Amino acid sequence: MGANGKNGNGRSNGNGNGHGNGKNGLSERPKLAVWKFSSCDGCQLSLLDCEDELLAVAEKVEIAYFLEATRAQVKGPYDISLVEGSISTPEDGKRIRKIRRQSKVLITIGACATAGGIQALRNFGRLYDYITAVYARPDYIDALASSTPISEHVPVDFELRGCPINKHQLLEVLNAFLNHRRPNIPTYSQCVECKRHGTVCVMVAKGTPCLGPVTQAGCGNLCPSCDRGCYGCFGPKETPNTSSLATWFGWQGMSQRDIRHVFRSFNAGAEAFRRESESHE
Amino acid sequence: MVSRKGKTNGDAAAAAGAGTMERAVIDRDGLDALIAALQDDGYQVTGPAVRDGAIVPGRLATGADLPMGWTDSQSGGHYRLEQGDPDRMFDYVVGPQSWKASLYPAEQLLFTARRGEHGFTVDEPRIDAPRLAFFGVRPCDLAAIRTLDTVFEGGPFTDTRYQVRREGVFIVAVNCARSADTCFCASMGTGPKAAGGYDLALTEITAEGRTRFLIEAGSERARPILANLPQQPAGAKDVEAAETAVAKAAKAQTRAMVPEVEALLKRNLESPHWDQVGKRCLNCSNCTLVCPTCFCSTVEDRTSLDGHEAERRRRWDSCFTMDFSYVHGGSIRRESSSRYRQWMTHKLATWHDQFGMSGCVGCGRCIAWCPVGIDITEEARAIADSEGRK
Repeated sequence: MGANGKNGNGRSNGNGNGHGNGKNGLSERPKLAVWKFSSCDGCQLSLLDCEDELLAVAEKVEIAYFLEATRAQVKGPYDISLVEGSISTPEDGKRIRKIRRQSKVLITIGACATAGGIQALRNFGRLYDYITAVYARPDYIDALASSTPISEHVPVDFELRGCPINKHQLLEVLNAFLNHRRPNIPTYSQCVECKRHGTVCVMVAKGTPCLGPVTQAGCGNLCPSCDRGCYGCFGPKETPNTSSLATWFGWQGMSQRDIRHVFRSFNAGAEAFRRESESHE
Repeated sequence: MVSRKGKTNGDAAAAAGAGTMERAVIDRDGLDALIAALQDDGYQVTGPAVRDGAIVPGRLATGADLPMGWTDSQSGGHYRLEQGDPDRMFDYVVGPQSWKASLYPAEQLLFTARRGEHGFTVDEPRIDAPRLAFFGVRPCDLAAIRTLDTVFEGGPFTDTRYQVRREGVFIVAVNCARSADTCFCASMGTGPKAAGGYDLALTEITAEGRTRFLIEAGSERARPILANLPQQPAGAKDVEAAETAVAKAAKAQTRAMVPEVEALLKRNLESPHWDQVGKRCLNCSNCTLVCPTCFCSTVEDRTSLDGHEAERRRRWDSCFTMDFSYVHGGSIRRESSSRYRQWMTHKLATWHDQFGMSGCVGCGRCIAWCPVGIDITEEARAIADSEGRK
């Protein structure tokens, strides 16, 4: 399903019946599991970073599996699984299928899980070249040729973007699933956040290249409000016009190489950014 | 449109006819005294301030907070604040933010609801709006405020949140003695000189190396304030200098809206040109959010984690988002071209049907703050030209 970015309108909430049985198929005190694949743990950390709100979450859900927080493990099935990280090894591919079978609702969190992450840079080269350059014993490495998002392997009920995700958005998604409503996670541009906050556009006022016009909102306009251009951490927005923005970057004096590189970072594997970067090879 | 006589916008003609103190000349001390007088009257004074490389509205404590010696360079997708004549106070024009943000905040809490034993209770928050004085309102923005008045107060329903904020606002206008390359108010009939709707209007005049301000009262309540400022009588020369300065600004405008644009756009809803502009349009929403008259909003409901409390917030929205045209089953305007067409035809054409006026005031913000420099005047001209080629 891949709510964000796949169908472009973020409308799907994987629930489908906000009413009906009324409980979203979830138990009275739903069991929450947090899973890690190829990733840096930063998105899971956002859940711990919820601090005060985390206590409220822990009251509403049973934290059944969350190794970053506790070694205690409760067996599945699980009502909600939060999945961090990309599918990067054959083992990952097997494990995500097992987790999907054990999860009523599966929500992917972060750029790795939703777009393949920074490690998807390898998709543009040859795996062999990288592992022989990095590892003393490349034969120990059992990795897939590409790093891919979870949604390429199993059905996903909701994709929460960001590198890392925003903790307020994470709480909103959990809150929405617990209350049987659609999450308020907009898919429009970063510019909307900047303008609502009164942040002066760094591209227009300073000539700083910024991916904001093609990037999904959600971070709370962190970089532009600190006088930096948007790095695209939240991936492509709905209907992104990357080619127009790239053409403008070129007119402002940016080289083809630099244009390629701005689209190749945490969300390099997201389709719109991947295609744009490839057109500047 | 709602009449504001005797409140904010006593019309200029009435003021001019009333005799004493309709105009004078003040210097920088006079500006200081004006800001102090407004504060003494209980106004929170908001005016131009330099922040993050642009002129944006900020709180003015004294006249010394006004940005001196700045000018701006603006073109499609380009804005730079630059050093100008160090003795001039108002040589910059409009920046990215308009007065819309003060009258109609980007986010407003509409109500909170709490679940009880028998149903739920709803609380509407009180609107705690300070008494505002807008200092340095340009004629295009004055026209934009008139437009917002019509939208929020002119129809069968009044937006009470807007009304409460708008009610007491004291307006000090500044006529433009300089135009940016993005300005086209002259062709929209909204500037560069204010035609009423203000309490006081300033025009900066420089003669014999001295910068002073012609100040004119536009409302009854402005007269006593003007009378108490340190001043000199306005001579014929001063009035002429102000007229000349404004005329020069009008003449300097390089952009203009094509004539009869309303009919032009209505004739060209199927023009192939929409696809051309759709290829460049980022559908990022910037044009609508910087526009001083774009008023669309969305509401968002949130719940507490336990589901016992909820709140509804109203936020600025934009016709450039997919969600804006979402109805059951999907979004109606999926292409950039259809979203751009919706915005431009509403602004310049169907706004007339809806409100009896144009939605565009010629401030040029949508041109400067479009990240890829799409120019509404150029797009209108391209459509006009395409008719000629048929």
